[in-house]
Amino acid sequence: MGNMNEIFDLGRKGLDEVERRLDISRRDFLQFCATLAATMGLPAGAEAAVAKAVESAKRPPVIWLHFQECTGCTESLLRAEHPTLEKLILDIISLEYHETLMAAAGHQAEKARLDAMKAHKGKYILVVEGAIPTKQNGIYCKIGGHTAVDLVKSCAADAAAVIAIGSCASWGGMPSTISPLSDSSPTGSSGVAEVLGKPVVTIPGCPPNPYNFLATAVHFLTFGKLPEVDDKGRPKFAYGRLIHENCERRAHFDAGRFAMAFGDEGHRKGYCLYKLGCKGPETYANCSTIGFGDAGENNWPVGCGHPCIGCSEKGVGFQKPIHQVAKMLNVTPPTQYPRIVEEQGKGASFASAAAVAAVAGAAAGAAVMLTRNLGLSHAAEEAERAKAAAKPEQGKTGA
Amino acid sequence: MANHQHAAPAPVGGSLVNATTLVCGVLIAVMLAVLVVRFVFGLGSVTNLNDGYPWGIWVVFDVVIGSALACGGFSVAMLVYIFNRGEYHPLVRPALLGSLFGYTLAGAGVLFDLGRWWNFWHIFAPGYANPSSVMFEVAVCISLYIAVMWIEFSPAFLEKLGLTEAKQKLSKMMFAFIALGTVLPMMHQSSLGTLLVVMGTQIHPLWQTPLQPLLYLLTAVTMGYAVVLFESCLTSTAYRRKIELHLLTPLAKVMLGFLAAYLVVRLGDVVVRGALPRAFAVSLEALMFWLETACFVAPLVLLRSEALRRNPAKLFLAGVLLMLGGSLLRVNGFLIGYETGDGFNYFPALPELLVTFGIFAIEVLGYIVITRRFPVLPREAATH
Repeated sequence: MGNMNEIFDLGRKGLDEVERRLDISRRDFLQFCATLAATMGLPAGAEAAVAKAVESAKRPPVIWLHFQECTGCTESLLRAEHPTLEKLILDIISLEYHETLMAAAGHQAEKARLDAMKAHKGKYILVVEGAIPTKQNGIYCKIGGHTAVDLVKSCAADAAAVIAIGSCASWGGMPSTISPLSDSSPTGSSGVAEVLGKPVVTIPGCPPNPYNFLATAVHFLTFGKLPEVDDKGRPKFAYGRLIHENCERRAHFDAGRFAMAFGDEGHRKGYCLYKLGCKGPETYANCSTIGFGDAGENNWPVGCGHPCIGCSEKGVGFQKPIHQVAKMLNVTPPTQYPRIVEEQGKGASFASAAAVAAVAGAAAGAAVMLTRNLGLSHAAEEAERAKAAAKPEQGKTGA
Repeated sequence: MANHQHAAPAPVGGSLVNATTLVCGVLIAVMLAVLVVRFVFGLGSVTNLNDGYPWGIWVVFDVVIGSALACGGFSVAMLVYIFNRGEYHPLVRPALLGSLFGYTLAGAGVLFDLGRWWNFWHIFAPGYANPSSVMFEVAVCISLYIAVMWIEFSPAFLEKLGLTEAKQKLSKMMFAFIALGTVLPMMHQSSLGTLLVVMGTQIHPLWQTPLQPLLYLLTAVTMGYAVVLFESCLTSTAYRRKIELHLLTPLAKVMLGFLAAYLVVRLGDVVVRGALPRAFAVSLEALMFWLETACFVAPLVLLRSEALRRNPAKLFLAGVLLMLGGSLLRVNGFLIGYETGDGFNYFPALPELLVTFGIFAIEVLGYIVITRRFPVLPREAATH
């Protein structure tokens, strides 16, 4: 972990440089580092380590490949509304090859990729965006005369780490959707792990949250390794929980308050979207905790009133109809709910008040009678004793 | 106590069927019917309990007051075994019998009141229990005490069954159970007061004091002696026996000592905390406070002289008043002086009342059956 004191060392050279280089204030920079550390679920103090790693600007080289995709992942990274995000991305990593962003074209671009692979052999990060068509030897996607399959294999061979960004690269995504009339997708679109035959880190989503990608990259930068992942290669910090578990509308689900149609009363009141087909209950992602698009609280599909389509979950996103009701992975909503009216209690009923009065009266009466009898017998005994005490005296006086 | 020669306890004998036992039987049958409904359809079907008043008369009467009234055994045992006043030994068994019923039924009463009663064993399971809870202390301590009391009382059954050898073996270890039987009630009777401390500002200022544990302990002891007075007067009237005035008169003096100590602490606490002005407000709480205080003060006046303490009528009345005063202290704290927020309201429902009546009927019936059939009351030369 980093040293927290370094963060508060105002005279530190590194921070000045970061301020200049990124053109952001020190406060914004540290805030950003803290956000990233929190997104990754790292313990307190990690932000200092993150800040140190970012400011030292080792800038790992990145080769970014695009295949069957819409460039949405790149767009979401670049168009994040946070004023410094895109700047940071481009500052943290050294983007050696990226078809959307590079100025070069044609053979010049291909040369740039090969040069970068040679110069940074074994050190660069390979990021893959888009699915890889595999049918008929992958002829459906070619760049510079090479098929996507060949490109990804050759680039991955010397990479330090491979990250699949977006659902397409993660498992095939939308291009891999199978029509009900056939048994495979038209081009045999597959994810990176499938093509390489080994697990890679995946950041699924359509598009994925830029912070999840950035946090993964910064984790690599800070600790020299990729974060802990689940069996599908997804970083656990971002994909460890169902959207449903932390959903802001969860209380409505538990209470049985559902929107039944778009625009109905429940929908306008922000009720649960489960019955409109929300896939939150079967989709693992952190959308419900960190939101999306940097536009403030509640700015994510469910927050805007649309059911989650499960874009980051294989077999759910693009596969199940958007308004089909989700399969519950944990608690299924009951058909009947207990009332949520709070009983405040009733006053005395005639019967209960009468019963109390009768018993109290009977007890009081019995106590009085018993006391009286005890008193009477005591008085009689006392009188007898007095008489017995007086008798001998009487006898004496009589005698 | 070895120095004292007392008449050995013997069964009273006589018929078990009379007006009192029949009435008790009917009340118990009604209670069982209500309990069937309660266990099938839940607490809401027979009680007026709600989220604001989760504790009603089943807890306050059957458990809190019931166990305090059952302190006769503990109070007399303390006097005999701790203060070595062996002359009171004949009072131990009957007092213990009352305690046995009071506590065993208090334990059963808790079960009736538990919403999810089938989880009752959780409090004894280390994985579930929360040892920092007052409720935990009360529950474990009362359960232990019930077991200890049955052991303390078991010689009465062993004698009846002719198991003299077992009785002799038990009597060698009895001192340990007697010691436990004196310590345990002190622990949980004060903890019952701590329950009110935990409720904090929900309790009316007249009863909201950190001294509640001490007040509950002092009143439990006092009520224990009051119950012995009450019980002795009642049994001697009902069974036409001689009243044990030679024991009750000095016992009343001990009781008055505890009572005076209680009143000093109680009233001193109300004054020191500045709650006294609330006692002069026009409110139900203030009225109940004065009623409660009057019940505690009256016995001091009633039994002020030795001559008055020899009058069974006065002893009986003082006993009844003290039992009432102690009960009022508990009802006032737990129900009348308890305010949990706007709109909440509680008055026991009729079926709820019938269960409490039934519980008290079990105690009366049990007392009659056991004293008539088992050696509890001292043998008496036939004077009538």
